[in-house]
Amino acid sequence: MQAPLAKRIWDAIAAPFDGWLMAFLAGIFVMSMLVLFSASNQSWHKIDNKLVYTIMALAVMWIMANARPQTVMNFAPPLYAAGVLMLVGVELFGITVNGSTRWLSLGIVRIQPSEIMKTALPMMVAWYFQKYESTLNWRHYLVAVALIAVPGALVLKQPDLGTAVLIMGAGFFVLFFAGLSWKIIIGGLVAFLASLPVVWNLLHDYQRRRVLTLIDPMQDPLGDGYHIIQSMIAIGSGGPWGKGWLNGSQTHLDYIPERTTDFIFAVYSEEFGLAGNLLLLALYLGVITRGMLITARAQTLYGRLLAGAITLSFFVYVFVNMGMVAGILPVVGVPLPFMSYGGTATVSLAVALGMLMSIGNTKR
Amino acid sequence: MHRPTRLKDTQAEESQFQLRLVIAYGFMVLMLLTLAARFIWLQVMQYDHFATLAQNNSISLVPVQPNRGLIMDRNGVVLAQNHAAYTLEITPAKMADMEATIKALRALVDISPRDERRFRKFLSESKDFEPVPLKLRLSEDEAARIAANAWRFPGVEVKARLFRDYPYKELTSHVLGYIGRINQRDQQKLEEDDKLANYRGATHIGKLGLEAVYEAELHGTNGFEEVETDAGGRAVRSLRRTPPMHGNNLKLALDIRLQEVADKLFGQRRGALVAIDPQTGGVLAFVSKPGFDPNLFIDGIDSASWKSLNEDWQKPLVNRAVRGLYPPGSTFKPFMAMAALQSGAIGPYDLRPAPGYFTLPGSSHQFRDSNPRGNGMVNIGKAIAVSSDTFFYRVAWDMGIDRIHPLVGQFGLGQKTGIDLDGEASGVLPSKEWKEKRFARFKPEVRRWYPADVVSVGIGQGFNAYTPLQMANATAILAADGKVFKPHLVQEITQAGSGKVRQVEPRPVRTLAFRPELYQYVKDGMVAVMRPGGTAARLAAGLTYTMAGKTGTAQVVQIKQGAKYNAAALAEQYRDHSWFISFAPVETPRIAIAVIVENAGFGAASAAPIARAVSDFALTGKVPAELQGKMITMPPPAQAGDKHDASAAR
Repeated sequence: MQAPLAKRIWDAIAAPFDGWLMAFLAGIFVMSMLVLFSASNQSWHKIDNKLVYTIMALAVMWIMANARPQTVMNFAPPLYAAGVLMLVGVELFGITVNGSTRWLSLGIVRIQPSEIMKTALPMMVAWYFQKYESTLNWRHYLVAVALIAVPGALVLKQPDLGTAVLIMGAGFFVLFFAGLSWKIIIGGLVAFLASLPVVWNLLHDYQRRRVLTLIDPMQDPLGDGYHIIQSMIAIGSGGPWGKGWLNGSQTHLDYIPERTTDFIFAVYSEEFGLAGNLLLLALYLGVITRGMLITARAQTLYGRLLAGAITLSFFVYVFVNMGMVAGILPVVGVPLPFMSYGGTATVSLAVALGMLMSIGNTKR
Repeated sequence: MHRPTRLKDTQAEESQFQLRLVIAYGFMVLMLLTLAARFIWLQVMQYDHFATLAQNNSISLVPVQPNRGLIMDRNGVVLAQNHAAYTLEITPAKMADMEATIKALRALVDISPRDERRFRKFLSESKDFEPVPLKLRLSEDEAARIAANAWRFPGVEVKARLFRDYPYKELTSHVLGYIGRINQRDQQKLEEDDKLANYRGATHIGKLGLEAVYEAELHGTNGFEEVETDAGGRAVRSLRRTPPMHGNNLKLALDIRLQEVADKLFGQRRGALVAIDPQTGGVLAFVSKPGFDPNLFIDGIDSASWKSLNEDWQKPLVNRAVRGLYPPGSTFKPFMAMAALQSGAIGPYDLRPAPGYFTLPGSSHQFRDSNPRGNGMVNIGKAIAVSSDTFFYRVAWDMGIDRIHPLVGQFGLGQKTGIDLDGEASGVLPSKEWKEKRFARFKPEVRRWYPADVVSVGIGQGFNAYTPLQMANATAILAADGKVFKPHLVQEITQAGSGKVRQVEPRPVRTLAFRPELYQYVKDGMVAVMRPGGTAARLAAGLTYTMAGKTGTAQVVQIKQGAKYNAAALAEQYRDHSWFISFAPVETPRIAIAVIVENAGFGAASAAPIARAVSDFALTGKVPAELQGKMITMPPPAQAGDKHDASAAR
């Protein structure tokens, strides 16, 4: 009688998890532990913390995967409203760190409302389209654009260009899957390119410098270009097979900045080489592919819009982070999903993937 | 979904959605392929280029160590300083054959077996890319020889480093503590406190004493230097430098000369002395005997020295002044007297019989007086002067522990004083709750507070246990008529860069709630201690100022009923401890002292003369006869006598 009981418990735990997603995530997790140990100069303290974050992430992922999407959907408007209110709060009395105001202090805890918005915004827009599904017309698209623009503008003002782009991107993906006309998409793209000179003038100095540095890092090899050059050297010198675990000289001689967080991929790349990079890319592609399949099979409009937006956002995080470390995108503070060290990002990604799983679990 | 009329529409929507899915997926795959292409370009096509760059990576960011702050006594005499010296360091990661290198280095410098043992130990504790010192304090000659042969030894460097030095050795061991090499545990602690970045390249950290407590002040903030290096990793030239912020200097309230006088007066005896300025709480002298040479610990103590210190029965490593717990004996009586007067258990002029022994009603147990013939009828002042035990037995019995505990506790007895040192013990001021807790695992008969327990508490025996620091602090509070200061060693912190000085403010923490006139009655009793008929009358000879004191004798072993204490018959470790507390001048006290000499018998015999001589030096600058010419802190008399009088208390 023992075995069946244990099996029942196991089944109860495993049931809401999506097998394919979990398999890819497990692969990413193993690589992330290895590289964190190396990047942190073999700090067990950081490994312990990362384990705690992972357990927390699994817990929230399980909870979200268990919840019915139709139930969670109803939380979208209050969550979104609270998020916008908090963003306004940040604007009025936020905490300023390094010249940008991103944090809100709620007594003991400090929270970053823009982090919440990354999930709340696509949920809200998807909820909105679901609500007016039968009567959709162009006015609804206008409202949706406003829903996206308000938090986007607030985050942009903090200033946090990277996060603003990610948040607005997530909202745009919902619009895209909801059937936003191609004419508008292409027209918008053209308008965006045309407005670049204007945007350039609106950018903060440090943002302009980042863009310029990207175009030619060698302009200031010891200043702003330093990080990019050093991380490119790390990746390039890793070669096809890497220098071996714990053997990255760039890493251990302190050349790589933020090497446990935003630039952890440079450490990974140096030690595991092209082979490791392709393996990691394949794991991420696995997650994305599975996400797209869930999206394709989703039953409700809300489900397919949200699942599509989550999957595309996940892709954007991966692409922007790796692109930045590899020197083809500007340096914006985007962590590499489940690889970078940090509790908030890990847990909020777990929430999103948990919702994705619950959408996948909802059968016809 | 009840929308049959829109079915066709829905189908169109459906196919449009699926198309967009495919487009999105195609887009993502394409972008990931772009990344893959970028990786192939960097890691395969440009591999040689980047591998060379990594190999010769010529710009490295090197932390620049801040100089550790100095520690000075109140007159600016340096107690902890930094010496520049060369070290020979090896970075294991850059070493092809470690043994061969060490062998070759032997030809150039003298490497002792101790150096090598230490090197192996450090090697096992450090990471491969961290330089490990092989030999400390190279001579100029040796440094030059290595420099000339540098090309033969990639990964070997001569570095100029600062070494910590405590010139007064044993004299300051229990005050300053010491710094030592950063070990795994320190590393972890730094990481948890998020201070690791500031300790890049640092090798030492405060481990004990002021060095540990004021680590944050003394260490300073790292600077950084961007240097161009050659293929062997040696710095070729400096490109850019962010200078470090050096550590802050500490100035103590302590007078090192007073410290030496107190220390030397102990001779070979064990014990502790704490002297406090009652007007500020500044600690003027802080002695725990025996001490040790803190310099031994800085670069890793060798096992023989460690063994001899750690296993010494005299326990030189224990800071008796803050960790030693002793029953206070009769030095407890002045505080007991304050409690009795405040509670109304006795009036200031009330007379009580003080016979040779005290018995409780209905019991035959005799609580003996140290004077077997008794002292006749005495009032509270006389009872302090002659140290009548039976008087205080009776007072304690009349009050009961519930009234004694809160009142005596006012003087900080049985509580940490909050001094700026680590490892302070809190001691025991007994109470019913305390006994219940202390003996929680015993039978109820043991846990219960018996009325008779209070009797011996009244004369400072029984469960009473305090640190010498607590006794000095309580004495200072009494001397200052109830003004409480937190005792502190550090008086001033000087910011390294700006020279801005932060004072430790001598603001009273609080004032005790005793009726103000009561202090005088008790002080009169303590003055009478040093007058004819008092227990320390002999000590008053030649006083040029007024002094109040109280002798004490703390039992180490219980003497059986009817037996007599015979010092000669007891092994030394079981003989009584000798206590003395005092303050002077009586009118405006500038120094309050508590002294304990372990296993040295009556308070008047051993501890009191030390307190007298220390007060003399602090207030008049008189060096005790037996120390004249032997003081290392006062080298030959060139300018002796010019400012001694002002030394201690201002």
